[in-house]
Amino acid sequence: MRGRNMNQVTLNINGQAHTLDVPADMPLLWALRDKLNLVGSKYGCGVGLCGSCTVLVNGVPMQSCTLSAISLAGKEITTIEGFAPNNDHPVQIAWNDEDVPQCGYCQGGQILTAAALLERNPNPSDADIDDAMSGVLCRCGTYPRIRKAIKLAAKVAAEKGGAA
Amino acid sequence: MNATRQHPDLNRRAFLKVSLLASGALAIGVHWASASGTDQLPDGTWAPNLYVRINRDGTVTILSKNPEAGQGVKTAFPMVVAECLEVDWNDINVEQVPLDDRYGRQVVGGSYGTPDGWDDLRIAGTGALYLLQAAAANQWAVPVSECSAKSGVIHHKGSNRSVPYKELLDGAAALPVPEVSELKLKSRPEDFTLLGTFVPGVDNRRIFTGQPLYGCDTRLEGMLYAVFEKCPNFGGKVLSANVAQIRELPGITHAFVVDGTSDLTGLMPGVAIVAETWWQANTARDQLQVNWQTSQSDSTADYDRQAKALATGPGETLRADGDVESAFDSAAKIIQASYYYPFVSHANLEPQNCTALFHESGKMELWAPSQNPKSGRALVAEVLEIPEDRIHVNLTRIGGGFGRRLRNDFMVEAAWIARIVRRPVQLQWTREDDMRHDFYRPAGWHHFKAGIDDRGRMTGFDHHFITFGKDGRPVSGAGLSPGHYPAGLVPNFRLRQSLIDSHVPTGPWRSPGHSAYCFAYQSFFDEVALAAERDPLEFRLDLLSRSFGEPPIDLERSSATLRIAAEKAGWGRDPGPNRGLGMAFHFDHGGFVSHVAEVVAMGSGIKVEKVWSGIDVGPVLNLSGARNQVEGCVIDALSTAQQEITFADGAVEQSNFYDYDLLRIGQDPEIECHFIQSDHSPTGLGEPPIAPATPAITNAIFAATGTRIRELPFGRAGISVQV
Repeated sequence: MRGRNMNQVTLNINGQAHTLDVPADMPLLWALRDKLNLVGSKYGCGVGLCGSCTVLVNGVPMQSCTLSAISLAGKEITTIEGFAPNNDHPVQIAWNDEDVPQCGYCQGGQILTAAALLERNPNPSDADIDDAMSGVLCRCGTYPRIRKAIKLAAKVAAEKGGAA
Repeated sequence: MNATRQHPDLNRRAFLKVSLLASGALAIGVHWASASGTDQLPDGTWAPNLYVRINRDGTVTILSKNPEAGQGVKTAFPMVVAECLEVDWNDINVEQVPLDDRYGRQVVGGSYGTPDGWDDLRIAGTGALYLLQAAAANQWAVPVSECSAKSGVIHHKGSNRSVPYKELLDGAAALPVPEVSELKLKSRPEDFTLLGTFVPGVDNRRIFTGQPLYGCDTRLEGMLYAVFEKCPNFGGKVLSANVAQIRELPGITHAFVVDGTSDLTGLMPGVAIVAETWWQANTARDQLQVNWQTSQSDSTADYDRQAKALATGPGETLRADGDVESAFDSAAKIIQASYYYPFVSHANLEPQNCTALFHESGKMELWAPSQNPKSGRALVAEVLEIPEDRIHVNLTRIGGGFGRRLRNDFMVEAAWIARIVRRPVQLQWTREDDMRHDFYRPAGWHHFKAGIDDRGRMTGFDHHFITFGKDGRPVSGAGLSPGHYPAGLVPNFRLRQSLIDSHVPTGPWRSPGHSAYCFAYQSFFDEVALAAERDPLEFRLDLLSRSFGEPPIDLERSSATLRIAAEKAGWGRDPGPNRGLGMAFHFDHGGFVSHVAEVVAMGSGIKVEKVWSGIDVGPVLNLSGARNQVEGCVIDALSTAQQEITFADGAVEQSNFYDYDLLRIGQDPEIECHFIQSDHSPTGLGEPPIAPATPAITNAIFAATGTRIRELPFGRAGISVQV
């Protein structure tokens, strides 16, 4: 039995419009992964506790496993694939210089959350970083490097003469 | 003596193999043959376990044979080849190979990748360079000894001529291959230029731009998605399920019962639901009704009762040195304490998953985030009755291993479902499935009694270890070696063991056993040192200064890590009010690690401010990867010390990060690593730093607060970790 309970929605993802049929309750995460093959957003807990599925909605980090896809029509959604595909964003540069990842599974969520933090606070303190980043779990324990990388990204962005 | 690891087969000899590929690339491999014969595959082809290709454009491709789970092997191994081959790191490409018997061991586990690969990698790089230098010397008609290599170029100083490797490939391929014994392999840290430096991971770019890498990122044409519902009560069988009703739900293509087997590490009974999208498959579980037949009702409360009853019994004596009872009779002081730690989960951030395609030809193809894909292939072959040579396993990046993925239940489930569905299928477990169907690190109880003489030295040590077993033997991850220190460090020593019957799945959890019982040993050593009015550092160094019979560990290397951690932490200083320092040493998986932790008390909470680590794993390969593992282990220890898995009615009570929350940013300490770059062969770091981290922290908690943590998690003592 197909087609029941399906809703059509047009999503603006990484600057492109995608029209798709999804179950009314399907979270954005699964629309991205299973309908659009955008697998950079990761499933970790399904209940908004780990942050591996983080995307930016109108620039704000949100957990795509708890947002229904159909509720996001008209919003600008940025996933890790579309964030800075050339890998030249100050956060990505800093993340490489500090070699943050271990397994790397959470890092898409970490990078998007860090970039949003620097967007609104170009020079965050340790407390600001803890506050902004505490929703994104890293099972491998890369937190010391995440903190260092955010500070380095702030510096890289400042040298480039603009916000991160 | 288990301080250094030897190759299991000392009679094996390495051979270099060189060939020119159709592409014109020069391929170099290493082949190990036993002294008695050859290791050729049955079809007579040569069996290399490593390939390096020097391509016509001057780039070098290094094939990565082991799965990458965050331990850093995919970067560190190619660094070894680049070091020996004298090529620039930027000219290296790394390719992940699938499971293939020609590559030998393909496992993430036991911190054994590094010692296993060290010789092969150096032989391949050095052997290739030997041939390239010889080819250049031939071309110029000069002695090889006058040629040097750097950055992919051979140089002859006398005539000031240079030639890049890429122009020497044909000449090198035509030369006789040297005996491995003729090669001078770099082994000392002072010889290295690339090794020991900080090199970022080779997959970073793909991670930072969200490209497919992990098992769950596999996408195949026409692929369906599956969930698999198993009985929450371990071992439960399916009596009936409303699968006909489930098949009517939106998007569902298949729903069926899997009878499975009774092997907790294999294909367990359950219900498979397959759909066009994973969300639909998983949502259908809300309507699923299964009648389970259960056969056990293990519970934490019952385990506790049994452990209490066993504690007063004699247990089975596993080791007895000297006469413990006489030692206690003549002791100046007796110290007794009991320690406990609970079951814990691996909680890999990427929940278990596997993608499978059963080809019409009868071939099974799998994409598996497995730490031990070869045993996964064997399991699939056994349960599905498919010959192993008809099963192809692609290795994906792994979103966290920690030992969980040494078991391959998810592989056999995916394969079983795919053969029924006859389309590509991705099985994806939920977080709840993952937490409720793990192979848990077993809980344990340690009852210690030590007698000290008037100088405060331990003269007698009795240890009653209560753990879990089946048929009189400890279950996986629950055993303790009778040779474990302080055996061999105390003249009169006794180890006794009692077993509780268990029906829950257990298995290796990062540094199996060590990560648990080191907490008990090293905390108790602190208690003995304090009772003897001795400094914990001085007490430990003294303990490591002599042995009775075969020393259980390399005493000198252990002491050295303790000294450097203590020195860097400023051991002996007054840390100030509400602050304390604690320490621990340990040896496992070839690595020597000591930590000193500084803790500050904050009301009922604590903050671990800083950890100083002294580490000896021989020469460091990738400084970034090495530090990452130390940092990760310390944080894992602190995180896990706050968690527990409990059982009721034969099932796990926890389900998600609500009730099994991992450490968050801000709770992590600053971590300072000090590597002793000894000349010993390098060993792995994925495990050794974790075991001593827990007791270093709990000993520091005692120093800061006066609360002795004898039971984990910390919450049992009312202690929480603050941001």
